[in-house]
Formats: sequence, C-alpha cells, structure tokens
Amino acid sequence: MLIRVRLFALARKQTGLAEVEIDLPEEATVADLKARLGSKCPQLLPLLPNVMIAVDAEYATDDQVVPLDAEVAVIPPVSGGGPLP
Amino acid sequence: MNTPTFDLLGDRAASAPLSPPEVQRYARHLIMPEVAMEGQKRLKAAKVLCIGTGGLGSPLTLYLAAAGVGTIGLVDFDVVDVSNLQRQIIHFTSDVGRPKITSAEEKLRAINPDLNVVRHEHALDSGNAMAICAPYDVIVDGTDNFPTRYLVNDACVLLGKPNVYGSIFRFDGQASVFFPPSGPCYRCLYPEPPPPGLVPSCAEGGVLGILPGLIGVVQATEAVKLILGKGRPLIGRLLLYDALDMSFREMKVRKNPRCPICGPNPTIHALIDYQEFCGVRGEEATTEAMAAASNGTITPLELKELLDRGDAPLILDVRNPEEIAICRIAGSVVIPLPELPQRLRELKRGVPMVVHCKSGMRSAKAIKLLEAEGFSNLRNLTGGILAWIKDVDPSQPVY
Ligand SMILES: [Zn+2]
Repeated sequence: MLIRVRLFALARKQTGLAEVEIDLPEEATVADLKARLGSKCPQLLPLLPNVMIAVDAEYATDDQVVPLDAEVAVIPPVSGGGPLP
Repeated sequence: MNTPTFDLLGDRAASAPLSPPEVQRYARHLIMPEVAMEGQKRLKAAKVLCIGTGGLGSPLTLYLAAAGVGTIGLVDFDVVDVSNLQRQIIHFTSDVGRPKITSAEEKLRAINPDLNVVRHEHALDSGNAMAICAPYDVIVDGTDNFPTRYLVNDACVLLGKPNVYGSIFRFDGQASVFFPPSGPCYRCLYPEPPPPGLVPSCAEGGVLGILPGLIGVVQATEAVKLILGKGRPLIGRLLLYDALDMSFREMKVRKNPRCPICGPNPTIHALIDYQEFCGVRGEEATTEAMAAASNGTITPLELKELLDRGDAPLILDVRNPEEIAICRIAGSVVIPLPELPQRLRELKRGVPMVVHCKSGMRSAKAIKLLEAEGFSNLRNLTGGILAWIKDVDPSQPVY
C-alpha cells in the first residue's frame, strides 16, 4: 500500500520535499515505515531516531500498525525561539 | 472535547479590583462575558513568566502587557544585536548593544504603566529554575535551545505549572500547552534530545521574521485563556503552522506512559544537568578533538600571508549558496557540506587545502570526511569566514 508522508521543519529542509510516498506492506508498523523512509530519503537517517510520527493526525508509537490510507506526518523537534537565556 | 477548565488563581483575583482608569482601558474586554470584570481581575492578579525576550517573547509579552496581565517576569541576559531586529519587535534599532531585559522592560512599561515587571537577568539553569518559576501561574517558553527547553519542561512538571510552548524554524512553527496530568509534557513527545548540532537554531537555519509573531501570539492567547479558565486550551494538541503554505494542522498528542518525568513511574524527581543530557559539552569536546585530529589549523592572518606570497592553497568553502551570496574568500571552491560526499571528484588530491565554513564547525566535519576518503594536507581555517572578515577583510559583511 502507498502511504503519504508529510514532512515538517528540518525533515522538509533536508529532503527539499513537503511530501513523499512510501510503499509499505499491510500490517507494517511505524518502525517499518521509519526504516523505509530512511532508505528512500537517506538525508533523514540521522533525524529519524528523534522525530515524532503522527498517523492520521495523532501521535503514534513505533509498534503501532499503519492503517490503509493513513496520512503520516514526520515532525522533528524544533529548537528555535528567542535568544539563549 | 471535554477538556477540563482550570482555576490557576483561586481566590487571588478577588483581591485585585480595577481602578476607574483600568475600567476604561479594558472596556473592550469587560463587555465580553468570557472575560468581564471577573476575568480582567484574574488577569490583573496573574503572574506570567516569559523565558527569553527574543522572537517569541517580543510579541507575547507586548500583548500580555496590553491585555492587563498584572505581573510579567522576564528571563534574559542577552544583549540586543542588529540581526535580532528582523523579528524581535520589542527591541528597536536604538537598543542595539543594550541588555534585552532592559529594552523589553521599557517597552512593556510604556504600553502599560500599571504592569509589574520582574527581571531575572541570568541564565536559567538547574540551580535556579525551580526558584524562578515557582511564584508564577503560567510559564511561557520562548527559548531557542534544547537544554533550556528540557529544563523548562522538567521544572514545570515538577512544580505542576502549565508550560506554554512555542518554537519556530524557517517557515514552520509549533505551539502547544504542556500541563500534566491533563495532557502530555514535552518529553512525552520527544523523550530524547536530538544529537547536538543536528537541529539548527534560528541563527544557523534562518527564520522568517514574521513567523515568531504568529506563534508568540498563539502562546499569548493560550496564556490568557489559562488565566481566565475559559475556552479549550491547546493541551494534548500540537499546532503546526506552515507559513509558506499558509496552513494550520493539529496533531493529537497524549501522555507517554513511559515518560520519565510525568509518567506513572517517573525516574526524574529533580532537575538534572541539561547540558550533559543534550550532549552539548560532549559536542564541544568532539569538535575540538576533530579539529585537533585533523592535520591542523591555519589562522586567517597565516592564510593571508600564504596568498600574498603567491603560495595559495586550494580554499574549500563548505557553506550553503545563500551564505556564499553574503560573503566569500576570493578564489574559493564552493561545495556545501551536505553535497561533499557526492562531489569529491571535483577536488584535486595531494594539494594543500584550507577548508572553511562560517565559524569552523562544518569545516571540521568536512575535514574528517575528506580524511576518511584519503585526502591529506588539510587545514581548518580557525574561526571560519567570520574570523577572516574580522582579521583580514573587514570590507565584507558578516551574518
Ligand atoms: Zn511527559
């Protein structure tokens, strides 16, 4: 199944893409999706251990199964704000 | 939808009656049932701590002061730099070189002379964070680095205070309210900090100047709602804003049962060493070791001498094209660090090479990479192009 993955912040900057499509077997988990994403976009490899993954607009853990037609979001931590207090 | 409402102030609001001039000032609030006299008295009695008076802190403190929040605490020890003015609207051109906390305090008092500003003019650290945060009702996080972000999170969880979170990067913004046990904390979303140097700060990655305006105002709105105890707070929801796309998305986030600080079996019971937790000290050491392990360094003046003697080494600039457009050492070869592994063929082997970036971090990484690929005779330009401009070519602009 083809899964649409939206990339945010640094994930978008590193790949130059706002969205990628990942081909996943049925019953694949979020961890599987991360692995596929890493091989499709190697620029994301260093980021993936620390990103938050949302499946259908909801925080997802690594062991969660990615449902058919899911919309996945990759949300890396963002440091920015004001000056160093 | 059944988010509980909060009463952060208890009966403190009752002891904050409004004077006739205050009634006039807040007239547009007082005629709305969601605020009214009761709510305006709550705002007057409320104490909000804002960590940082930069991009996020500027709009949010300006609006909180205007809205009638009685006490605003400011944490900052930085000085206004000209490159801050593009987004930190509480600071004016005439403030460059002045302490941010003083500049901010003046503007806030000018907006609202009734406001009580509390200055905390030092770095927030594990030793002082609990004492600084304790007297406040709401903590608003406007920091730009991971150690402080985790520190603010942990202090808020331990003290049971709501943490109004916001962060910005280039064209993307995030906001949420972390308030266990009603919702998750920052660690529930991001249990471990990213390796140091991986996620760029605004200084390294850039930021649209207007972006913190929007995110800071979202934070101010959430702070006011928490104080009023009205509406549905951004608890358990992460708001994502994309300025390029002009779109808002919302992600449901929930408490992580394994969260080390707000979970049912916490392992963190007191503040820790956040520099160490985020590997910041380790990173400095690694970069230094990397620089030392490379064939050595060269200062801008030594490089200038070589060029003047006609003994020019190959100068490799590993910065990004946007940075090259600002300043450049004449005659350099440009290959941005991320492209270096694929573009090694463009570099002559066996010739002396000086590698530089903005200040020396990326070039140290480039040298490590080149050495692993069999290149030799490499030197890192100490202090990068910033030092070059300072010591050799002050005619070029810095960034
Ligand atoms: Zn937590």
